[in-house]
Amino acid sequence: MSLLRDEGVVLRAQKLGEADRIITLLTRDHGIVRAVARGVRKTKSKFGARVEPFAHVDVQFFTRGSEFPGRGLPIITQAETLGAYGGRLALDYAAYTSGTAILETAERLTDHERGQPALQQYLLLIGALRTLAMGAHEPGLVLDAFLLRSLAVAGYAPSFVDCARCGLDGPNRFFSVQGGGTVCGDCRPAGSVVPSPETLSLLGALLTGDWGRADASEPRHRREGSGLVAAYLQWHLERGIRSLRLVERS
Amino acid sequence: MYEGVVQDLIDELGRLPGVGPKSAQRIAFHLLAADPADVRRLVHALVEVKDKVRFCATCGNVAESEQCRICLDPRRDVAVICVVEESKDVVAIEKTREFRGRYHVLGGAISPIEGVGPDDLRIRELMTRLADGVVTELILATDPNLEGEATATYLARLCKPMGLRVTRLASGLPVGGDLEYADEVTLGRAFEGRRLLDV
Repeated sequence: MSLLRDEGVVLRAQKLGEADRIITLLTRDHGIVRAVARGVRKTKSKFGARVEPFAHVDVQFFTRGSEFPGRGLPIITQAETLGAYGGRLALDYAAYTSGTAILETAERLTDHERGQPALQQYLLLIGALRTLAMGAHEPGLVLDAFLLRSLAVAGYAPSFVDCARCGLDGPNRFFSVQGGGTVCGDCRPAGSVVPSPETLSLLGALLTGDWGRADASEPRHRREGSGLVAAYLQWHLERGIRSLRLVERS
Repeated sequence: MYEGVVQDLIDELGRLPGVGPKSAQRIAFHLLAADPADVRRLVHALVEVKDKVRFCATCGNVAESEQCRICLDPRRDVAVICVVEESKDVVAIEKTREFRGRYHVLGGAISPIEGVGPDDLRIRELMTRLADGVVTELILATDPNLEGEATATYLARLCKPMGLRVTRLASGLPVGGDLEYADEVTLGRAFEGRRLLDV
């Protein structure tokens, strides 16, 4: 039996029994952790809003094994807020729906290595939530930027200029989800699409963090770009992200 | 494993929420030892609840007829609707004896991560109720958690252009608690919603 301390972002909270919840966190040192927050649904709970989705917390767990994963789920004994993004996101419906898609993607991309740290994904997630809560950019753009970068961290970086197959210098016209991004005329597989050059430029800007170029983009290019990002994500995750369907785009 | 009907009863009880195999076994043996009249009363209540109880056609609350007791009550204020997530919330608010209007039960909250969107809730029915112009105030009493807040934001955005007074239940410190244990979000809300002491 031991006490462990880590910091993490709450990704999901599921009801358990009368007044408890199972909290899924992406932690800095232990990757994905599922733990029980006892009595959290009672109005007098000591946790309150600290273990709600989007919360960035410093958390202490009690585990029955020596290390994660222990025997049964660990129990959250203390939680202190480092960043409360949920309150601000819940007041902006578009930001809330984009934020939930970010949380679901972060869980899916890190869940297969439970107990192992995923530091880059963790830092990327905190950056995305902070940007979303600040409201500096359109929520859909923040979501697409996060999806592209988290895929890149997971080893699935798409190409938006050079040919993803033969490396031919870009710009290239064709885009293939299974081909890994833009492809040249010689390499293009069946089913390749021809997005507008502005859309490819927007996606490149989102991947590299060129917000000036991304913010100046037109809504039709954002719509086309989101479709390509969603298809690319689904191809690599094999299963769709449920919350993407409900994201409110401007 | 027990034989025949005893095991069947344990299996059925074990399918109920919050009842594990040990609890199911304990309840089954309690029923075996209980007075036959008590067991018959329980069986009768279970059958009755499935036969008689349905959802109110107007508000979505549990009812024993086409409309629930609250929607049928002429003394209730038709100009105010309180929107809640579940029927359980209606009971909780009714216990306060503070609210004399009518209710609308959504059947949950918007939770994209669980695949629940606005179309999966009784929001269209709410819009139909508001369309005749009788209702002047909408009280959003969804749970004070993230999904509840987001649902309230969505509904407020939808209903405000209709010229309604849209209010949200206050949130802040629970009565009887210690200030030092309040989390930052709750304490922040309590500060936002502070009121003038008129003494």
